[in-house]
Amino acid sequence: MENPENKEKKVVIELQNVRREFHVGDEIVKALRGVSFKIYEGEFVTIQGTSGSGKSTLLNQLGCLDTPTSGEYLLDGVSVRRMSKNQRAKLRNRKIGFIFQNYNLLAKTTAVENVELPLMYNKKVKAKERRERAIKALIEVGLGNRLEHKSNQMSGGQMQRVAIARALVNDPTILLADEATGNLDTRTSFEMLVLFQKLHREGHTIIFVTHNPEIAQYSSRNIFLRDGQIKSDTYNDNILDAAAALAALPKPQD
Amino acid sequence: MSIIVLLVIIALVVALYIVARTTLLGMTFRVAVKAIANNKGRSLLSMLGIIIGVAAVIVMMAIGQGSKESIRKNISQMGTNIIMIRPGADMRGGVRQDPSSMQTLKMEDFEAIKSRASYITYISPEVTSSGQVIYGANNTNTSVYGESLEYMDIKQWEIEDGTCFTEQDVQTAAKVCLVGKTVVDELFPDGGDVIGKTIRFKTMPVRIVGVLKSKGYNSFGMDQDNLLIMPYTTVMKRLLAQTFFSSINCSALTEEMTDEAIEELTTILRETHKLKEDADDDFTIRSQAEMMETMSSTMDNVTLILVVAAAFSLLVAGIGIMNIMLVSVTERTKEIGLRMSVGARGMDISVQFLIESILISVTGGLLGILVGFGLCQLATSVFALPTSIPGWSIILSFAVCTLIGVLFGYIPATKAANLDPIEAIRYE
Repeated sequence: MENPENKEKKVVIELQNVRREFHVGDEIVKALRGVSFKIYEGEFVTIQGTSGSGKSTLLNQLGCLDTPTSGEYLLDGVSVRRMSKNQRAKLRNRKIGFIFQNYNLLAKTTAVENVELPLMYNKKVKAKERRERAIKALIEVGLGNRLEHKSNQMSGGQMQRVAIARALVNDPTILLADEATGNLDTRTSFEMLVLFQKLHREGHTIIFVTHNPEIAQYSSRNIFLRDGQIKSDTYNDNILDAAAALAALPKPQD
Repeated sequence: MSIIVLLVIIALVVALYIVARTTLLGMTFRVAVKAIANNKGRSLLSMLGIIIGVAAVIVMMAIGQGSKESIRKNISQMGTNIIMIRPGADMRGGVRQDPSSMQTLKMEDFEAIKSRASYITYISPEVTSSGQVIYGANNTNTSVYGESLEYMDIKQWEIEDGTCFTEQDVQTAAKVCLVGKTVVDELFPDGGDVIGKTIRFKTMPVRIVGVLKSKGYNSFGMDQDNLLIMPYTTVMKRLLAQTFFSSINCSALTEEMTDEAIEELTTILRETHKLKEDADDDFTIRSQAEMMETMSSTMDNVTLILVVAAAFSLLVAGIGIMNIMLVSVTERTKEIGLRMSVGARGMDISVQFLIESILISVTGGLLGILVGFGLCQLATSVFALPTSIPGWSIILSFAVCTLIGVLFGYIPATKAANLDPIEAIRYE
């Protein structure tokens, strides 16, 4: 379906009948069987589906970690399908911010250094600017007072905030979250959702892959995958406020 | 020298620090340092091979170089401008004659050289014999050298006690001799003045006129003080009853003029021997400098063999590093996946692991150089082995270590670079 509001908005992601097949022994596994959709700038999209639905494969496609067997994927108007490994690495570096379930921070490394990482692979960003941008991103996720904390001195929520800051630091076209609240307790999960909603309001395009239907209520659009195809793609008319939900949670008992 | 090295090291450290803080390469470098520091024990163990290998190479080179220098020193103490003429290279009916039985060097040769050669300062004919020398109840075996007065200058002998024999003694074939320290010790164990005493060599009584200043052992382990020196006429006429010399020793004006001197001597000898133009020389002329070169190159070969043997341990050490790096790549698969996700190219990843392996091997190399220095000190102070560490061996060690790092880091680095980011990031 089309949301009339999107008419004037810029398309950041366009999938045209994307198929992805894997050869496993003699068999051909069809992980994606013709997926098409557009994502507009500023949307907060959740992609849901059970395991085996093609969720991870789709995420790899969207993240330019993989290329389609057939079909076309346009990221910010650029076709990804025929790109070389190195071109895709550069594309990821400039246009995508990854947030993983298990944070994937560098061990024994400070928050600032972790956040600086993507900019390290961008020769145009000099040392001074790199640090400034990393600090700005950390302030944005509420870790302005933990700049020099090492990854092993932080809680799960703090580590995920560092990871979000790392995803934001290159000012990406899309933020790609893979089960970003999967390892966190309820309270911290809601704190993350508050942060994601804040980023959404500030205009970031967010794609959140999850199997948790609850999270879908806090996003603007929900895509369901089943057996490598889109089962439904709906706009959320009643977006819940994560901050309110967080406030409503029972206070932690000691 | 060491101050310059220190300054260079400081400058390098400062430059590295700036690079480390500002560039991707620098960051990669710091990541490598951190990775090594996080696995101190493991890194040190894999460095150990390099440390031992480099130390062994350095010690071998130092001992080789040290021995060479000590031999050169010994030879040049004997005089590097010495030229020896021996009879020889004479073919009679296709049979090469034993040079010592040859009678081609005669008085005429000596006189011809003496009067005509312009590149020669000193010249002495030589006749040698050996046998028992007796004084009272004591005896010893020694060599007798029949020489002219100039021999003292050629071989740089000094008289410690008494005087040298005279030109008159040479003319009259007087039964006088100079004795070496060893002979004195053997024949006169109770000490006392030996000048004027008459000793007996074989059947001939000779009077001691002087004692030679000790030269000690040479680098081949020969006692240079076990000898008698007599006028060559005495040995020729009274002892051996022969008319030919066993050799003629000369000294060139300077070491650099040795070649010209040899050429001139050849011309003179060929003339006096009336050799036809196409005939071979019936004598051989060799210079001390030439001998020194031969010795040096022999020493070089020995050193080379030792160094090659030591270098094999470096090869084994390199394989050790490769092993550790492969483990490191597997352990950090997830980190590699993350780096790739945020934009690292395969190249960036492989450079990272290459730097790590180079760092391990070069650090090992540095420690190996230090250990090598220590062992050389030990070898010199405890075992009295002459050692001298050639400067280039340190540079070579660095180069070899870097090469090992690159060579054996290449396979792990390539493995890391070829990882699939999708699988790597989910690796547990």
